Amino acid sequence: MLEVAGSNLATPAILAFLLGVAASLLKSDLRLPEPIYQTISIYLLFAIGLKGGAALADADAGDVVIPALVTLALGLVIPLWVYAATRFAGRMSIADSAALAAHYGSTSVVTFTAALTFLQSVDEPVEGFLPTLVAIMEVPAIVVALVIARLQLARTAGQSGDLMEALHEVLVGRSIILLAGGLLVGLLAGSDGIAPVEPFFVDAFQGILTLFLLEMGIVTARRFGDLRAAGPFLIGFGLLAPVLNGAVGVIAGDLAGLSAGGAAMLGVLAASASYIAAPAAVRIALPEANPSLYLTASLAVTFPFNLTVGIPLYYELAGRMAG
Amino acid sequence: MAARNPYTDSTVHLSLVTIVAEAILERRLLRDLRALGVSGFTVTPAHGEGSRGSRTGDIEGGNVRVESIVHPDLAATILQHVEAHYFEHYAVIVWVSEVGVLRGDKYL
Repeated sequence: MLEVAGSNLATPAILAFLLGVAASLLKSDLRLPEPIYQTISIYLLFAIGLKGGAALADADAGDVVIPALVTLALGLVIPLWVYAATRFAGRMSIADSAALAAHYGSTSVVTFTAALTFLQSVDEPVEGFLPTLVAIMEVPAIVVALVIARLQLARTAGQSGDLMEALHEVLVGRSIILLAGGLLVGLLAGSDGIAPVEPFFVDAFQGILTLFLLEMGIVTARRFGDLRAAGPFLIGFGLLAPVLNGAVGVIAGDLAGLSAGGAAMLGVLAASASYIAAPAAVRIALPEANPSLYLTASLAVTFPFNLTVGIPLYYELAGRMAG
Repeated sequence: MAARNPYTDSTVHLSLVTIVAEAILERRLLRDLRALGVSGFTVTPAHGEGSRGSRTGDIEGGNVRVESIVHPDLAATILQHVEAHYFEHYAVIVWVSEVGVLRGDKYL
């Protein structure tokens, strides 16, 4: 276990993340320029979709359907318990609880990608169609959480436009367009079809991900200052929720017939918290929720936890499940 | 005696409304401005610091600065609208300044 965790920490991607954290803590002015950050994030999303789509073209529909349904179910259920836990155990406001439900029910593409890299480094094979599950995991929790908030807050009809606007924001936001669009492009082109673009989208992927994680380290460390405001409950939640969700994801993946690597990846999907799609939707539909709570939990607690400890943990668990 | 500025006579005094808001509001703000009768505007990305704590913009987006030259009456309407709809929950500031423009009827 320790050895596995160590090999995860020693990958260039994770080391670059830690370098970013260190640079930020040392008050370096290092940042990726905004347009570069945007370009890399577009690249990563599209590359993941493309590769997953090509794998989907080669997969049996029967192998994909059950994991897809299980993923959808996780996306619907996780926000329910997160809402209940933060609202009643954490005594947080309706808006803040719903915001956390949206973030923790949705998923983090970067965490997913880092986990794929990790499994590659330990030679654990995974199903190629997994990026399809990322696309499925992204949206439902956000919808569930916003609907809960709407019901609980008993909004007046005049404000109901916000929910639709937020949904629109999620569905045409770049994560879904690029991920789902990339899947479609990969599916239509097939694995032979994407061969010409593979040097760019597949071979260069690890290097570009490493650069992105450097920036994520900087962004994460800038949030550390908000940890005090977040308070002990939220920090504890940010550490415990991924472990619980990750364990449920691994077990569900195992039951759905995924390989050990695939089950570990479903664990990662369930464990990780969104910080691109969900914040945008929540800011629009739930402006009264406090971003320094949900963003700090998602970005400054859960993301680094998953990156360093969570991923090897879910992998270990999946290995034991598989026997 | 100072040389006479040929532009002074032909300028019209109008209101320049400037809104600085978190970037996620851009689409909504522009839609509101159009609905209020604004015929044109300029949007620029912006960043800075203010009284509000952290926001979505820390991940991406930052702020936007929306500027529009309008009749003073419409400027007042815009101010009221922004105050009523955005001040409570969002990082938004808005101000009005008087500006002299050429082709004043272009903005009305």
